[in-house]
Formats: sequence, C-alpha cells, structure tokens
Amino acid sequence: MKQIKTILLVAVATLITSAFTFKTDKGYKVGDTIEDFKLKNIDNSMVSLSEYEDAKGFIIIFTCNMCPYSVANEDRIIALDKKYKAKGYPVIAINPNDPKASKGDGFEDMKVRAKEKGFTFPYLFDEGQKVFPKFGATKTPHVFIVSKPNMKVEYIGAIDDSSRNADAVSEKYVENTVDELLAGKKPTVTKTRAIGCSIKVDKNAGY
Amino acid sequence: MVLLFNVVLISCDKQKAKDDNINKEENKISVVKSYTYNQLKTFLNKNNNKTYVVNFWATWCAPCVKELPYFERIKKEYEDKNVEVLLVSLDFPKQVEKKLIPFINKRKLQSEVVLLDDVNENFWIKDIDSTWSGALPATLIYNKNNRKFYEKSFTYQSLENELKTILNP
Repeated sequence: MKQIKTILLVAVATLITSAFTFKTDKGYKVGDTIEDFKLKNIDNSMVSLSEYEDAKGFIIIFTCNMCPYSVANEDRIIALDKKYKAKGYPVIAINPNDPKASKGDGFEDMKVRAKEKGFTFPYLFDEGQKVFPKFGATKTPHVFIVSKPNMKVEYIGAIDDSSRNADAVSEKYVENTVDELLAGKKPTVTKTRAIGCSIKVDKNAGY
Repeated sequence: MVLLFNVVLISCDKQKAKDDNINKEENKISVVKSYTYNQLKTFLNKNNNKTYVVNFWATWCAPCVKELPYFERIKKEYEDKNVEVLLVSLDFPKQVEKKLIPFINKRKLQSEVVLLDDVNENFWIKDIDSTWSGALPATLIYNKNNRKFYEKSFTYQSLENELKTILNP
C-alpha cells in the first residue's frame, strides 16, 4: 500500500514537472547553443546535424502536414532550401505533432506529403516529442536559424511577414537573416512572430 | 448581432429580403466583417463597464473548434453580467465565403464573429499580448480594470474560472 502511494506521488510529481517544462517561455533563446538531435527521416534514415560537415548553419523549421498555415508555407520552405542549401544553410524540417492528437501527421502521412510536394530537404519525425520542447517551439510553422561552428541560435520566428498570403510578403525574415549571416554580419532582426497552429500533444501523455 | 446582420442583409438585398421569408433568413449570416489590426484594436481596448472575452480562432484549427461551444455558453450565461464574447477569426481571407460563413451558419454561432485580415503579424501579435507566440487558439479576457491573455485551450470550467478572476479579482 505504501509502495503504491509512493508510486502515485512520484507520478503526480512527474506530471506537474512535465506540465511546467512545456511552458512557452522555456526552450532556446537567441544566442543559446543547441544540442544535436537524432531523428528519423522520411527515407527511414536517422538524421543528426553533426552529419552536415560542410554546412555553415541550418534553417530548422517545425512544420507538419495538417496545419493550413504550414501548408500555405510549403512552397516557401521548398524555395528556401533550393536557394540556401547550396550556400551552406540547408532546411531541416521537423514534424513535432503527436499523430495520436493530430490525425494525418503520422510518419507514413509525412512520406506521402513529402513525395506529393517534392520536398528537397529532410522531413524528420519528432517521435516521442523530445526535441520540440528543447527548442521551445510552440506552433507550426516555427523557424530556428542556427549557425555553425558554435551551433548558436541566430533567429527565432516566422518565415516572412505574411503567413496567410505569399503574394503580400514585404519582408522575408529568414532570407534576410541567412543573407546577413553569409555576409558575416550580425542579424538585424532576431525574433519575429506569426500565427500558427499549436503543436499537438496527446492529452493522456500528461503534458 | 443577428439584428445587425439582418440590417446588412436587408440593406444589401432589399428585393430578396422582400421576396424571401424573412424569418427563414433571420438566423443566417451572409457577411463577416473584415478588420485590419488598427480597426480591431478598438475592440481589444474598450473602457466601459463590460467585460470582454475575445477568442482568436480559425475554422481549420481543431482545438479552436472544440472550445467554441464553451465561448458560446459563456455568452449565454454571462450576458446579464455584462460580459460580451467576440470571436476573431484568422481564417484565410480567401476562404471566408466558402468556409467561415457556412461554418457560422451551420453551428448557429451567436457570438459576434469578425475576420482579422492584416499581414503585419509580427507587429500585431506582439501588440495584442507580449507573451503570445502566435499559436492558436488564444484568448484575451479584459475589462477596464483587468486584462489577461491565454495561449492555450480551455474547458468550459477553466474558461469560466478565468472569467471569474477578471470579474471578481
């Protein structure tokens, strides 16, 4: 009986702790150094940032299949990879959603969508949702630009200033930031915001 | 609100209103007002005796749709306590006719729905609340004395509890 009580107490304590670890003010800030991760790509290979020996940095984008704001940005994400992979800043896309809480965001669904759209970049699955909380990602799409060799966060936020309408973009935040980094300059804009879909976590998981 | 849309409806299409059975049209809307952030801002900063519950949502946002009935219930149960509900849609402007209006009519939403159509998100998300990352759903509850912002989903109980903290701080 006493043992059960202890187990229950520990469980409750864990629940409370995990509830707090998902607060939006947690996660990497601009200037922080990120930890590498190892996530499964849609071609079933495991991908880590350390494999990209020649990269100068990364455009890490939390995105998914089902969020209309992500879908509205797919072509822009593909264009970013086309433009910047060759220059040393490849796009790394990560789906942070729990498919149990977001139907259509499963690993097999990701393969289908990537093929349909012709993704030219890795589309990784945050299985177990261990990576997005470290970044402090709250929504899709949510961009983190990281520079090597220190794996430093240079920018957090939106792709541009018009998530709903690609024709109305006047400021391309991600492009501007990467251009500045490539030119050896300090980014002028390091934090922006855009509307997005909340990251879906399974309610029964205790977050 | 229904009345207002009726007026819009009638003035827009007098002939049709005459021909049709007015009662049949009464609960249906055909227009959703579209605001820039500057226009919407007035509704987020009223300084009177009312308390405002402003929910940011979209028809395609599953957790938003799930909690809409709770906002509708708040509207109904707190109407006599000077509480108003405003539903600010962030649907795609191109989908207002095709998705938003049919959704409002199908669900018979009683709270006022407006569309926020403004590209400069990087400015207005921060201006609405400094803690908002931009994820939906999100809710602002305020009156002239108190103001709280929530980037989260609600149950009816948790929404009512938060409203109470604003009504009786």
